[in-house]
Order: sequence, then structure tokens, then C-alpha cells
Amino acid sequence: MATEAPILELRGITKQFPGVLANDHIDFDLRRGEVHALLGENGAGKSTLMNILYGLYHPDLGEIRIHGVPVRMSSPREAIASGIGMVHQHFMLIPVMTVAENVVLAVEPRRDGILLDYREAGRRVQDLATSFGFAIDPDARIQDITVGQQQRVEILKALYRRADILILDEPTAVLTPQEAVELFGILQTLKSEGKSIIFISHKLNEVLEIADRITVLRRGKRIETLPAAGATEESLAKLMVGREVLLRVEKGDSQPTESFLRVEDLHVRDERGIEKVRGVSFDVRGGEIVAIAGVDGNGQTELIDAITGLRRPESGQVVVEGKDVTTRNARHHFEIGVGHIPEDRQRRGLVLDFSIAENIGLHDFRKSPASRLGWLSPRRLIERARRLIKEFDVRGGGPRTPGAALSGGNQQKVILAREIDRDPRVLIAAQPTRGLDVGAIEFVHRRLVEERDEGRAVLLVSLELEEVLSLADRILVMYEGAIVGEFPPSATEEELGVAMTGGGRREAVA
Amino acid sequence: MSTTVTQPGSVPPGDPESEGALSRYLLLQKAGGLVAPLVTALLAFLVGGLVVFATTKSVPDTLTTYKAIFEGAGLNWFLPWETCSDPCQSAIRLEQTLLVWVPLVLTGIAVAFAFRCGLFNIGGQGQYIAGAIASIIVAAELPLYVDLPAVPLILLTMIVSMAAGAGLAGIAGLLKATVGAHEVITTIMLNWIVIWVGTYLFGFEGPLQNDQSAEIPKSNDVDPAGKLTQAGVWGHPELQGLPWISLGVAFLGLVVYALVLNRTTLGYEVRAVGHNPEAARYGGISVARNYVLAMAIAGAFAGAAGALDVLGWKFRLDTTDFAGTIGFIGIAVALLGRNTSIGIGLAALLFAALQTGTSTRNLDPEIFPPELATPLTIIIQGLIVLLVGADIVILVLLQRLRRGRRQRSPA
Repeated sequence: MATEAPILELRGITKQFPGVLANDHIDFDLRRGEVHALLGENGAGKSTLMNILYGLYHPDLGEIRIHGVPVRMSSPREAIASGIGMVHQHFMLIPVMTVAENVVLAVEPRRDGILLDYREAGRRVQDLATSFGFAIDPDARIQDITVGQQQRVEILKALYRRADILILDEPTAVLTPQEAVELFGILQTLKSEGKSIIFISHKLNEVLEIADRITVLRRGKRIETLPAAGATEESLAKLMVGREVLLRVEKGDSQPTESFLRVEDLHVRDERGIEKVRGVSFDVRGGEIVAIAGVDGNGQTELIDAITGLRRPESGQVVVEGKDVTTRNARHHFEIGVGHIPEDRQRRGLVLDFSIAENIGLHDFRKSPASRLGWLSPRRLIERARRLIKEFDVRGGGPRTPGAALSGGNQQKVILAREIDRDPRVLIAAQPTRGLDVGAIEFVHRRLVEERDEGRAVLLVSLELEEVLSLADRILVMYEGAIVGEFPPSATEEELGVAMTGGGRREAVA
Repeated sequence: MSTTVTQPGSVPPGDPESEGALSRYLLLQKAGGLVAPLVTALLAFLVGGLVVFATTKSVPDTLTTYKAIFEGAGLNWFLPWETCSDPCQSAIRLEQTLLVWVPLVLTGIAVAFAFRCGLFNIGGQGQYIAGAIASIIVAAELPLYVDLPAVPLILLTMIVSMAAGAGLAGIAGLLKATVGAHEVITTIMLNWIVIWVGTYLFGFEGPLQNDQSAEIPKSNDVDPAGKLTQAGVWGHPELQGLPWISLGVAFLGLVVYALVLNRTTLGYEVRAVGHNPEAARYGGISVARNYVLAMAIAGAFAGAAGALDVLGWKFRLDTTDFAGTIGFIGIAVALLGRNTSIGIGLAALLFAALQTGTSTRNLDPEIFPPELATPLTIIIQGLIVLLVGADIVILVLLQRLRRGRRQRSPA
């Protein structure tokens, strides 16, 4: 071992869930004052391992040692007593209470034995924040502060309970890029104060940026532990996925045919009556990928809803293969050959309680062979699901597995399978890789390019510039409900970034 | 630091090949779905036992009381070692239990079907009464003007009653689908409307009060041709008698319920809307249409229950009939039966047996004071509903128990 004994060791941790070996003899150690990243795809066993360390699960086999002493974590209380603090992906804060009240919750300073000493609580939290260089107001209510600040409250909570070891579960997933930079600054401070940090992530670039060492998990096993210095995104991706991963999409030139989807002067209002789409016009031809880039909330959601028949536009036209479908409903759109990979796969894309087979039949259950004269044929639904599960490499279950039991990437594959298998002329993909890990992203990207090469018209909406640049044949930038510019795929991120924040339009106006 | 690259195992977790393990897991979940209601019912009886114990002041007497309720419901008829003299006491009692079972099954389905579409149908009682009123109009009033033979009369009565229940529930569905009025509120209000319409129709001076005695607030009797008992009864015809037709319709209802939900496109739509209306809409399913349809179908089941009771053994309605609770117990039946066909059948049997077994007529007064019997029934019913809401807690406790046992025994 290196310079000093590790403060935390996990030895041979094994945890079996029904049907899945979530952790298979995993070894892991943490030294004082280091950031040790735990890297792996969704479902690789990262969260299970940390939940075991935090006392939420009990390992079937294996040992946890803190400062060389074996300990048994049977509940988070014992983990906290051993100096372990966890910041969950979804915060465990009470919105109506103040920062200080949340931090001292369950270990409140008291007055006269029974009275909560608010002033003392505020003072202690302020001291703690100052000592670690956090900017935070102890008297602010949780509901009034930003997500980034809420995360700091979670970290303070752990520090207040004298945690030496901090577990951060995908901490940047909820943060804006700016907030992520601030978080990394805080982590540096914590490190220099001698705290040790376990950083769970599936994002390669940030792991390389913040970690000292990286442990890669894949399918429940530890693949390798390596120092961050010298590692590259490509080498980590290979360890994570188990094969070479193409981080850039390979594709030939597009051969566009005629226009399959045409949108003309479309105006759309949201539920509150605010005009979110203001006179958008464009068309998408067969054999090309057109991407709509933009910062979230600039009317992309309403635009897609209107194009797919889920929201009635105020005015304007949506034309699919020469037919005006502006006022038709979602079912009609599917029937004339529009495939739609929705933005929110859990809320809209899948019925989570339905099996994979039932989910795959969501648009076709009325028609033969899925049903005849109103009678469903579960056998045919299952046959079709079995074929598509194979073709789209859906892992984690069979045709009868409920959608909820699948990981995000596999849920997305089910949706992709359903939409592509219907052989649509127009394929609309709204943020198709949101929250997916590298392996799944590569799959989705490859598949979208394949569909383009099949001659389909692909409309991609994405918030990720990298994705837009690597997939699109033409890029439209949307800002405040309007298309403010069209760019070729050779455009730079900077050019797009300026247009996305309204810079382009101001220039155009001037 | 040593680095080891582990080869992936022979069967990666979660691959289609390991479907066996997964289906075992799903089966376990289903078993949980069977165990939890059983434990729920048992617990309710256990806590109910405390009430009996407080009355009888001895443990053996408590057990004897439950045995008496069991026998009061006629359930001992099923036991192979029980013999019975003529007239067979247990058969007569079982017949009464099943008489209650039939409408409980159907109103249970009325609640469960709406449930599967994400709607809470509190209006089972109103839909049941609507069906009952409609069947009086068709089977007791209409024959005064037109002469109809038995089969068409019974069929027409059933159809009109189901339509009445469907129409009433459909109003709630329509309000939900169009203006978003919550179905719990609207079905409760519709319940009261139907109750007072019935009271008006058959009450004193009411337009449909019976033609014989003006001092009794009741309807005319069902035309003899419309009585289901004509087609033969199970048990003792001189006592109430349970028409085979009623029993058949209840069983048919359970089968139809399961088939429609699981094997038809209609059921697929209803379930999709129930689980995730947003995904259903995205999939091209009209959520509004399904709200109306699911409520109407639910109401038809409750309406059928009203018709079967009128044609099967009530033969007339009086104003006290509107104070019944069949439709409300249907909610408990659906909850305890977890909205499954078999569950509803069994839960309805439990509630029906409780009701008959503790009736003052059937419960042995030597064993338990008859005036306390009905409160006991209601206590146990209430406990079941309460514990059904807590079945997650029961499942967690069971899991703890199982895990605790595994940890104690060295693997």
C-alpha cells in the first residue's frame, strides 16, 4: 500500500438481489484526504456498494473496516457514528425549514434540556460553513435556495455530524455547469482539510477532473482501480463498458431526399397561456438529421408536443409528407408514420407498471397481429417483444419484465425499439440520451444515424452541444421560442453557445 | 495497488437467460400479494377477538364465538365431516351468505374496474340503487301495461338496470373527463341524488308507491314472470332461496372482469390510463374517453347487482332499502381483493360470511349477545379496511421476519 493505511476498506463485498448479483466480491479502499471516484454504468453496482457502506443494505458476504477495525453497519445511524456522511442524489431536506434547522435536525442544540436553541444552531452552522469556505445563509428556507445551495446544505449536514468520509452520489446530475464548478471548488477545500470523498459518477470528464484515484465497476464486479493521472476518457470508457467505445459518432455524408416534415410559422402556447413557440418554420428531409439546439425551456418541449399532436398549436401548420396534420391527434400522427421518442421516458415514454411486451404494443395494440376484434393476443405481443429485445440488446429482463425494473438505458432501448420498429418516415427524438451512460449513448447515437441512412427524416432536440454537433447534418438554434440561426455541423460550440443565449439574434437585429 | 481484471461471469446478471430468477422474483411478489390480504384479514380477526374477549371475558369463549360466527355463516357446510339433518341448517345459512355474496362481488367489481383506470368509484351504492329502481320500473311497473314472458322480461330488466347504473356512473366519468371534477365528490353526490329519487318514487304519495296499501312506503311487487326463483334455487326454496341465475351472473361477472381487463384492447387502454395517463395520451389513447367508459362499465356491474337482488329475493323496494351499505362494502371488497378477480370473489365471501354469521338470527345467543353482534361485524370490517391500507407495513414486517430468520441461521 501507499504512504499510509487507508481509513476505509471494503473487502469482498457481495450482495445478491433476486435475479441480479449487484456486488460480486468488490474491494475498495479510501485514503485520508483523497477523492476516490467510483465509476460505472447505470446498474454496475455503484449505488448498492455505497448503500451497503452507509448501512442501508446488508452485504451477504464481505467486511467493512474503518481505521483497520472491522465494523458492522446495520443502519445509517451506525455509519454516521463511524464518521460517514452521504449526500444522496435526491436531497433529504425539509423545504419549509431553514438551512440551519435542516442541518441540525435530530442533533439539535438544546436549551434547558427541551427547548431547541435556534440561535445556537444558526451560529454553529454559520461557523461550520465559514470554516469550509461555503457561502450560505443559515436562516434561508430550503425552498427559496437553488439546487446547488441545497446540495451544500446536505454536505454541511454530513460535516455537522463530524463526517470524515463523504459519499456523493452522482452529485453533478442535478447541477448546472456553473454550480458543478463551484462544487468542485468545495471538494478541493474539503480535501485540503483532510476529508476523504467517494465520488460516484458515470461522467468521464468530471471524474478525470476531480478524482485522485478511480475504481471502475462493471456488472457488479470491480474491474480496476487506477490513478486518475494518466487515464483518458477513452481508456475509462473501455473499462466501464468492456469494449472500445466510440465517443464520437462515425457517419457518412447525408443524402437528403424530399421534405418529410414541414413546420410553418408555428405558434404554441403552454398550459398557462404563455406563448412559448413564436413563429417557427423549418423542414426536415428524408435522410438527414436536423438538430434543434438550445438552452432548456426555450420552447423545445412545446414545439415537439405540437408537432406530435399532443398539443394544439395556436396557429401555423405541421405538414407530414404533404398532408396537413396540424389539428390531428397523437394517434393519427403515429398512424401516418411519425415516430416519437419523448423527452421524459418515465413519465411519458413508458407505462412503468406494464411489461416490456405491453409497452412495445403501446401504439399498435388495436391492430392485428397484436389484437383482433378487440381481443389482445399476449402471445403475439410477447413474440414481438422477444424479437425486439434481441435486436435492440435490451438487458435486464424478458418480455414479461415490468418497465420499472429496467435501467434508464434499457428503458430507452425499449422506446427506441417500439418507435423504430414501426418503420416511421419521420423520427422525432427529444433528448434521447438524457441520463444515459456512455454505452447506451453510443447505442442510441449509432441507431439514429442508421435510421437516417435508411432514409428517415430525423428531428433531434438536445441540450447537449456535443451531441448536436456530432449527430446533426443541420443545426437550428432555438432561443425564446424562435429559430435564431441555422448552422452546419462544422460550427463550433462557441458559435452555437452565443446563438443559444440570444447573441445571434441581437446581432441579426442590429 | 494490485489491479485485477475480472472476466465477466458466465451469465451476466439480468440477461434474458436469467429470466428464471426474475420470474421467481415476480412470483414472490405475487405471493406477497396473496399473503398480505390473508394476514390483513387474520389480524383484523385477532384484534376483533379483543372485543369479543372484552365481552365474554374468557379465551375459550372467544374462540367459541368465532366458531359460532363461522357456523352462523353456514361455512361448515363445506367441511366434509359435518353432517346435517333435514332441513339442513348449514345449507340454509350458507344460502343466506351467498345471497349477500352476489351483490358484494358485483359492487366489488364496480369499484375495482374504476380503480384500474385510476378512478375511485365511491358511487357503488348509488349505482346499485339505480339498478334496483330501474328493475322495479321494468319488472314491476311495465308488466301492468304490457304482458311479457319470463325470459324477455328478465333480460330487459337486466339490460335497463345495467344501463341505469352505467348512466349514473358515466355522469361522474364525464364530469371528470370534461371539467376535471373529482370522481370521489361527484359519485358521493350522485349517491344522494339517487337515494332521494328512490325515496320520492316509492315513499308516501310517491308516483310509484304500491297500489295496494297507501300506508306502506314501498313499491309494487315484481311480476311473477320476472322472479329469478322461477328458474330454480339452490338451498331451501321456502326460505329465501338463492337463484342459480344470480350465482351464475356473479361468477360470470368475475370472469368477464378478468378477461376484459387483461385480454381486450379496452382493458389495455383502461390499465394504461390507470397506471400513467400521460403515457397513455402519448401512446394515442384518449384518456377522457376511458374515464367515461371505465366508470360506465363499473356502474353497469353495480346496476346488475341491484337488479339481481330485486329479481332474486327482494321482489320490491321500500324506502328503508336505500339506507343499505352493500355498495360501500364493495369498496372494502375491492381493496382487500386487490382488484383481482379471485381476490374479489374471496373477499366478498369473507364480508358476506361476516354479515350473515353475526346476524341476530344466525348467531347463537347463548354464545354471544346478539345485540352486540352487529357492532362486532362493523368493528371487524373497519379493521380490515384500516389494515388493507397498511398492507405495505405488513409486507415489510414479513420481510423483516424472513430476513431475521435467515441471518440467525448460519448459511
